[in-house]
Amino acid sequence: MELFDLTIHELHDKLSAREVSSVEVTRTMLDRIEAVEPTVGSFITVTPEQALADAETADRRIAAGDANMLTGIPLALKDIFLTEGIRTTCGSRILHNFIPPYSSTSWLNLKERGAVLLGKLNQDEFAMGSSSESSAFGTTRNPWNTAHIPGGSSGGSAAAVAARQAMATLGTDTGGSIRQPSSHCGCVGLKPTYGRVSRYGVIAYASSLDQVGPLTRDVTDCAVMLGAVAGYDPKDSTSVNTPVPDYTASLTGGVKGLKIGLPKEYFITGLDPDVQSAMNRAIETYRGLGAEFVDISLPHTDYAVATYYLIATAEASSNLARYDGVRFGHRSEQAESLIDMMTRSRSEGFGIEVKRRIMLGTYALSSGYYDAYYVKAQKVRTLIMGDFTRAFKGVDVILTPVAPTPAFRIGEKVNDPLQMYLSDIFTIPVNLAGTCAMSVPAGFSGNGLPIGLQLIGKPFGEETILRAAHAFEQATEWHTRRAAI
Amino acid sequence: MKITVAEVEHVARLARLELSAEEKNLFVGQMDAILGYVDKLKGLNTDGVQPTSHAIPVENAFRADRETPSIGVEKALANAPDRAESFYRVPKVIE
Repeated sequence: MELFDLTIHELHDKLSAREVSSVEVTRTMLDRIEAVEPTVGSFITVTPEQALADAETADRRIAAGDANMLTGIPLALKDIFLTEGIRTTCGSRILHNFIPPYSSTSWLNLKERGAVLLGKLNQDEFAMGSSSESSAFGTTRNPWNTAHIPGGSSGGSAAAVAARQAMATLGTDTGGSIRQPSSHCGCVGLKPTYGRVSRYGVIAYASSLDQVGPLTRDVTDCAVMLGAVAGYDPKDSTSVNTPVPDYTASLTGGVKGLKIGLPKEYFITGLDPDVQSAMNRAIETYRGLGAEFVDISLPHTDYAVATYYLIATAEASSNLARYDGVRFGHRSEQAESLIDMMTRSRSEGFGIEVKRRIMLGTYALSSGYYDAYYVKAQKVRTLIMGDFTRAFKGVDVILTPVAPTPAFRIGEKVNDPLQMYLSDIFTIPVNLAGTCAMSVPAGFSGNGLPIGLQLIGKPFGEETILRAAHAFEQATEWHTRRAAI
Repeated sequence: MKITVAEVEHVARLARLELSAEEKNLFVGQMDAILGYVDKLKGLNTDGVQPTSHAIPVENAFRADRETPSIGVEKALANAPDRAESFYRVPKVIE
């Protein structure tokens, strides 16, 4: 076992016992990043000076007895989180030179606890994608098999955890962008309830769906990270002012008597056989631990992808109107008038997937189509939310696959956007409903690619899904496997 | 076809995007396929269903009307592609 293989809680114990310093472990991580980065490509920007300065500060705190679980722990952030003074690109050419004048609340929360920033991670451009192939900074590769995608949009965040380039990372999830890459890379990933974590300083894609969450090596680390970033923020008017529980205290207690719902719409013919058998094994594991299973129905599941691609693109077309070359980001040098400058800057700065979604969203919001597409989708969203409300009257947790297949090959779906969109079929409904869900390692495909199971909780039911995830993790050994890289 | 080249050009103008001939042709086909797929929503009866714009019930979030420090002119202008004094400079607006 190398230092870079440790979880947050294992490293915390070593730092507390003074077996290792944060500077030593940070140097190890920077060497590790340099060694595997040519193969994986998780990072857009590595910040060695920042990391070593953070580590020195953390070592002084540890020496002074002022440490917590995250003091001195090397982490990395999806490049969607604003970091004051450190370039933040959101995977886009239009922000290739953007140095934020302030930091996201999520990063400040980690920084205050003494975390060490290793760098900024690759992602699909503006978080639009399921494979990390739409980044303007190259494609990240899956550490378990580099011919395959790591998932997306938080592909760099998942790959960096799986390749042991960071102890844990933060990502964002608008339609599955934490859970799907976690499933594909064998990480634990949690999308909190909408409003649980501040979105301040997180570059917006679809504001009614975006949510920040952790990607980690195990469930305990996930609880630690969630506890650090959760909470009310006066700077985000949609963050919810309810107390943050001690998530690490909620892990124990097991699942005896827990009612787990199995929605028939998620166990469809055409589900990859390896995914199906991983789910069957997981159900048997939970039965053995004393959980009870209930067959349920989420009848509007089949409408979720269509609903999502109208609502998310409409919100995106509005949010991305700010990239006009006036105040920051790329400005075209060809322009002769103001409108010409805006049009050229956007056309040169955005990649093809971002343009496609802006076009779809603008179309859905345009005169003559607004009611037929956008308002219709908002009404179907109400029906999808109702599915979950009804289901949770009879169950505590819902268990499903995260994705219908293991990670697909790089290039496989890049020319067929509709097929790419359909790979998010099991994660999208949770974002529309606004509730919480996580991906937990649950096995491997025949060719050695990780498979995740999804645990969906009630709104603000993070403690229950973490407890169910922890019970599963203690009963299995999937989370102990490491990609051979 | 659900969408024509002329409509793609119209939407691109609304979105302040200038598409190449290749991009236009690509988007006509792809948007046609995606709009064909989302048409499945039309088969679902939503009479009397309220639209949801937000997953959690939130009211207007007000704060006290008090001045607080902001980031200041120099920081705000630090990323400006072009500036003059304390202003962003842009190409001429009126012909």
